[in-house]
Amino acid sequence: MSAISATAHAHTAHAAHHEVGFVRTYIFSTDHKMIARQFLFLGLFMMIIGGLLALMVRWELAWPETPVPGLGSILTETGGILEPSQYNMAFTMHATLMIFFVIMPILAGAFGNFCIPLMIGARDMAFPFLNMLSFWVAALSGVLMLSGFFVPGGHAAAGWTSYAPLSAVPEYTGTNWGQNLWCISLFVLGVSSMMGAINYITTIINMRAPGMKLFRMPLVVWSLFITAILLLLALPVLTSGVAMLLFDRTLGTNWFKPSGGGEPLLWQHLFWYFGHPEVYILILPAMGIASEILPVFARKPIFGYHAMAFSMIAIAFLSWVVYGHHMFVSGMNPALGMSFMVTTMIIAVPSAIKTFNWLGTLWGGRIQLKVPMLNALAFVWMFVIGGLSGIFMASTPVDIYIQDTYFIVAHIHYVVFGGSIFGAFAAIYYWFPKMFGRLTNTALGHLHFWPTFVFFNLTFFPMHIIGVGGQMRRIYNPLQYEFLQHQQHWNVFITYSALLLGLSQIPFVINFFWSLFAGQKAPLNPWNSNTLEWTAPSPPPHLNWGPTVPTVYRGPYEYTSPESREDFLPQSQPPLVRAGAARH
Amino acid sequence: MTRVLEAPPRHRPRPSRTTGQVPPPPPPPGGDDGPDGDPAPQWAVLDNVVLATIFFIGAEVMFFTGLIFSFWILRLAAPVWPPPLQPRLPLGVTGVNTLVLLASSVVMVAAGRALNAGDRGLAVRRLATAAGLGGLFLLVQGYEWVRLIRFGLTVSSGAYGATFYTLIGTHAVHVFGALVWLAVTLLLAARGRFADGGTAPFRACALFWHFVVALWPILYLSVYLL
Repeated sequence: MSAISATAHAHTAHAAHHEVGFVRTYIFSTDHKMIARQFLFLGLFMMIIGGLLALMVRWELAWPETPVPGLGSILTETGGILEPSQYNMAFTMHATLMIFFVIMPILAGAFGNFCIPLMIGARDMAFPFLNMLSFWVAALSGVLMLSGFFVPGGHAAAGWTSYAPLSAVPEYTGTNWGQNLWCISLFVLGVSSMMGAINYITTIINMRAPGMKLFRMPLVVWSLFITAILLLLALPVLTSGVAMLLFDRTLGTNWFKPSGGGEPLLWQHLFWYFGHPEVYILILPAMGIASEILPVFARKPIFGYHAMAFSMIAIAFLSWVVYGHHMFVSGMNPALGMSFMVTTMIIAVPSAIKTFNWLGTLWGGRIQLKVPMLNALAFVWMFVIGGLSGIFMASTPVDIYIQDTYFIVAHIHYVVFGGSIFGAFAAIYYWFPKMFGRLTNTALGHLHFWPTFVFFNLTFFPMHIIGVGGQMRRIYNPLQYEFLQHQQHWNVFITYSALLLGLSQIPFVINFFWSLFAGQKAPLNPWNSNTLEWTAPSPPPHLNWGPTVPTVYRGPYEYTSPESREDFLPQSQPPLVRAGAARH
Repeated sequence: MTRVLEAPPRHRPRPSRTTGQVPPPPPPPGGDDGPDGDPAPQWAVLDNVVLATIFFIGAEVMFFTGLIFSFWILRLAAPVWPPPLQPRLPLGVTGVNTLVLLASSVVMVAAGRALNAGDRGLAVRRLATAAGLGGLFLLVQGYEWVRLIRFGLTVSSGAYGATFYTLIGTHAVHVFGALVWLAVTLLLAARGRFADGGTAPFRACALFWHFVVALWPILYLSVYLL
């Protein structure tokens, strides 16, 4: 009954495909696993640049207008001191790079490409060529974005939100081509994301292995499916917005310039109509990754599989009707503000369902605190803190006081760093053996996780305090404000923690490259996991499996099942006693 | 080396037109449990390329929604629309042009019928007619743009000019893209690519063409008529 390939006369998986040259294997590859690795390297490379920009911002806030170590040779005119315009550029590009070129490529690009075909039992994506194109268009977009640093006038400096008219008139920020390149790069990235999203959705709907019903799919595939739908529908709105912004800046149209009949608030609406689904694009794959890793290392089925899938659908749906909470102080009608407040608070319900289901999964489990599990647990804890501070901001009376302060900065870093980046680290440690065929070093993994976890909290938790104390976002020199001077010691403390947080990533880099070349060879299924990717060789060859794709008999989280002598029961393992056979 | 292992074919078996026999079924995509509870193959309801085109159109709808809503926000905020001392848009010519574009969609449906009936020559002629009507639409639009620019309506002359050229220009770029896609499909049809009944690439192209055509009356209504 299982689907046997009509062309099932392959000898081994390795002889299964054309031998292709170096370029087709490593550069212009159409293989979903190679494209996943390319996205991963793109994201990790950009993370270094984005992280260094963040440290520059932190240095400026702790010791304003002093030379930044190491920048003396680049900023020769000032001897390494960041000018206000360069400071604006640094925080703008930190956010832009981290959101669009680190988290999206790693979570949606790398793990979307890697997990979807392997976990649903497909040999590749539905459109392998489109997949390759999607990566190379994203890479082009990254090159365009980085080239902005080298044009006269510097890079975009209007914040990652690029509010008009600040961003619409070149004279206001003094950057001309930087902001133009920012627009062009995001336009190109929108095209890339659309190609990727269409590919993911088509693959998940049409390419599942026999027996892989929708509700037998691993939750990470569910999360990537929903993310792809959000990407598909949200990014075009940003694409239309940046196109209008670019026309305003270059062709002289007047979409966002009031002088010619335009409407600056229109940009905020377009941006946040995209921007709020975007934050769920960043967090949903991490939620899926946590839902995947917690059951494996608790040796228990996930608590409430259907509730997990439906709560992700609910979050995705609600993400379209809450965007106004980013604009409470833009002069919107209070009645409208009230309705956005209510819809925002409703999002807490599906998020809480997910959180309690993760706790329910851990409850009574035989928890193995391995490195992927630690990162997944950190995701759950940090997401709870970030989620709770989100409820504070959703409330309009509170938001009037804390809007545009470091409280907001603390919130976004708890959900995006504490949530998405810990999710990404968990995924890297968990799938590294399958992705590269080698195990990572456990000691270095612990040496990476614990300092990262500690210094993450020491960096971002005090931001809540200085935020409530009144420190605004995006200020160049906090000492210019008398009411902020008494809490400057917090800024110094945060910067020390941030520098140590940066240093804590060194074990990760060493671990990644050492394991890549010299790590212990990975067995087929190092974590005793149930899902389909662990039935393929490590690393999986072209077309993933030998002559037949696996057949699926059950859901993905049958750990410690009475049906099996071991504490796991792979999805592809046929039942020992057939219900029908026993009767006859 | 020869290719000894292939990804499963994506189409369900089709009767051969010459012999009427059904080839042995290839391994299908997708999956579910069969009637006996065993994991069983399941045929995809829509071909990959048609499904992908539907989602692509979904993304395009969001893109144009962004543009059209922005147009309406600027327009409703303006005290007088169209602003005084600005040229008026050519209603009549564009109205006729709308009918030309709508006609191309009808011809496209007819081309699909001819293809399904196995009449390759007729299908190719009808596809060429649809492409010709689309090309005519673009030419008339271009001519009108040249006249409007001569009358002094440029992209930088206030919200009126900016919205007009952005919206109509974006649609024109889409018609051009759809024409290129249509030309490729026409070549494939002429070479007999769809002769075995595997018309999914044609249906995808036709879907996108219908989308581009259906978009136009909305723009005509918003930008020209109201």
